[in-house]
Amino acid sequence: MLSKRNKEALFNPLSKDNPVLVQILGICSTLAVTAKLEPAIVMGISVIAVLAISNVVISLLRKTIPTSIRIIVQLVVVAALVIIVQQVLRAYAYDVSLQLSVFIGLIITNCILMGRLEAFALSNRPWPSFLDGIGNGLGYMIILVIVAFFRELLGSGTLLNYQVIPQWCYDHGYMNNGLMILPPMALITVGCIIWVHRSRNKDLQEK
Amino acid sequence: MNKNSNAYQIIYASVMVLIVGTVLAFIYMALKPKQDDNIANDKRGQILSAVRLKPTDKSKIEDTFNKYIIEGFIVNENGDKVSSDKNEAFDVNMKNNIKEKNRKLPVFKCKLDDGSIKYIVPVYGAGLWGPIWGYVAINDNGIDIYGAYFTHEGETPGLGAEIANPKFQDQFKDKKIYVEGDFKSISVMKAGQKPTDGSEYVDAISGGTITSRGVQAMLKDCMTPYDAFFKKLQSGTFK
Repeated sequence: MLSKRNKEALFNPLSKDNPVLVQILGICSTLAVTAKLEPAIVMGISVIAVLAISNVVISLLRKTIPTSIRIIVQLVVVAALVIIVQQVLRAYAYDVSLQLSVFIGLIITNCILMGRLEAFALSNRPWPSFLDGIGNGLGYMIILVIVAFFRELLGSGTLLNYQVIPQWCYDHGYMNNGLMILPPMALITVGCIIWVHRSRNKDLQEK
Repeated sequence: MNKNSNAYQIIYASVMVLIVGTVLAFIYMALKPKQDDNIANDKRGQILSAVRLKPTDKSKIEDTFNKYIIEGFIVNENGDKVSSDKNEAFDVNMKNNIKEKNRKLPVFKCKLDDGSIKYIVPVYGAGLWGPIWGYVAINDNGIDIYGAYFTHEGETPGLGAEIANPKFQDQFKDKKIYVEGDFKSISVMKAGQKPTDGSEYVDAISGGTITSRGVQAMLKDCMTPYDAFFKKLQSGTFK
């Protein structure tokens, strides 16, 4: 079930080979959906689902896909899955789907998906591909949640829409940092996380 | 079989698109009724939000709606009732409706627990990234606002999306839409500024300028056609 190689496929993307921090993929959506924690979590879960399933589908088809149209095949599979996720959310989690309407569609353009399909699923069996999808999705979600945590806390004073910074702080002159809500601060937050990450993993530092 | 021959590629692509298309169509058809229910229920909830009656329990929305919204009808620009079918008023699609010359003007009549009557009218306009819409409840004197509800499709969270925040919406309470007998839509102004036309105003959302302007334009655009209807409410001649 979990050979050494499979374990690597699952756990490496969490830190050492993190799609956002190390491969610098999927930055655009990291900026877009992290103003609040809740959309970030749902976005993370959706990406995990789409990534794992599309990895398996592409891996199953890998021997039949003609090389010259493989990108088109990958896009069709991903787009179909994203539409299914969108339709299911709209039917069974309507409120969440309203919050995420635009972002879910944007999963199609998430570079992590294309990256993993190209680099892993096209040349591996379904089970490792599935683990790779879960791993990379989780690695992406972790960063999303960390960034969203700081942005929502400092930008709105709330977490998951619950007020966490008490009223007396505001009474004594504390103010939410409006800049945190804007996309540039997401980039800077990601930059800080990469900084901390690199300083702890010396082998990742570029010479 | 040669995987790189043209015939193989074309057949492969066609078959794949056919399969995917069929699957998606099937899923769409299967989930459509459930989605329509959600959309209708959400709309009922939005209408109730304008009079602050939306129940937290979603399954109760339909019952609450049927209990409090005692009438729904459509008026024309002269303020005359052209239809008194509640479902027809409910089904008016504002997106298409505001583009038409002779707009249908839906009104929902709401009777609160204390017996007072409110009239709820829908509004629809454009924000920064997509449509914004909402419902405004007017007291039965036809002059002041009892409550307002706004929502949006994809405004920026924390900025334009704040129009969906009750803090913003509560500002509209008790504002008058008639100043000295003339219809004056509510202005949405930057803090510290005042409208020049003497209309009543609320504070805009800082950082959400375009969306705030969108709310102002939407209110003006969608409530002006009701002028005759509101005047009839004021004089008590509406039947």
